[in-house]
Amino acid sequence: MTMSLEEESRLLYGMLFSLKSFSNRISPLDVQEGVQCYTTNKYKMTLFETPTSLKFVCNTDVNAPGVNEMLQKLYTQVYVEYVIRNPECKPAEPITSELFKAKLDETVRMSPAFSSKAA
Amino acid sequence: MNRSVDPKKVNSELFTLTYGALVVQLLNDLESVEDVNKHLDRMGYNIGVRLVEDFIARSSADKCYDLRETADKLQAAFRMYLGISPSIANWAPAGDEFSLMIDTNPLTEFVELPDTCSNMRYSAILPGMVRGACEMVHLEVSSWFVQDQLRGDPVTELRVKFIKRLEDSVPPGED
Repeated sequence: MTMSLEEESRLLYGMLFSLKSFSNRISPLDVQEGVQCYTTNKYKMTLFETPTSLKFVCNTDVNAPGVNEMLQKLYTQVYVEYVIRNPECKPAEPITSELFKAKLDETVRMSPAFSSKAA
Repeated sequence: MNRSVDPKKVNSELFTLTYGALVVQLLNDLESVEDVNKHLDRMGYNIGVRLVEDFIARSSADKCYDLRETADKLQAAFRMYLGISPSIANWAPAGDEFSLMIDTNPLTEFVELPDTCSNMRYSAILPGMVRGACEMVHLEVSSWFVQDQLRGDPVTELRVKFIKRLEDSVPPGED
């Protein structure tokens, strides 16, 4: 099944939005962290959301370790460093920076979730 | 992170003088003092929108659940980026407004306002930053100076008023 990147992100946003509002409504307490991950037979979705509502999502193997930590690292060491500090990157526009792509790739490759694939 | 070893740290006088040069340039470029105020506020807003991400990444700050937490975070941000610790005071009875009292404003260290600029809000970049930063964490606030040492007040008082919470935008195609 193929899907354009735009279509996929729209679908994903819609799903996360529904999941979040669902969990907010059924929670007896004020929601603090909210939805962080779900697992199916085939894959695991991990969500890291910043207080500014930026959402970092990664679909991985069910057993992949340390995905949440990796997403936090992507935020603090890649996104803030190479997007927020880059005046060429305007907020709310797709990120086109090649440096960002390279660092993103590097960080993902270094994470335990990536290397444990071979094991 | 230890700021004292941060290679990006600059001499505070250089920072003060740079800001002064910026304000003077705006005064030359723009028609009126009022326009300069607006411009500084807008620049501050644009800075705040980005700076808040840096602040969260550095301090691993969490979401705020009431305005008192927000006030503490703002205080921490002033310490982190300007090296000053404003005290939080003058809470409104309803708890929706407070002031940051700034004893020494590093932006105005060498500044005297001439009579022609008496209605100038020299540090207008600060309330702009507060507004921009809060907006990114879903708080609509307004922020302005109540007192300013530049105009002879004993202290510089930055007021912050909560207006409303902003919600995540609903994806298109849903009600």
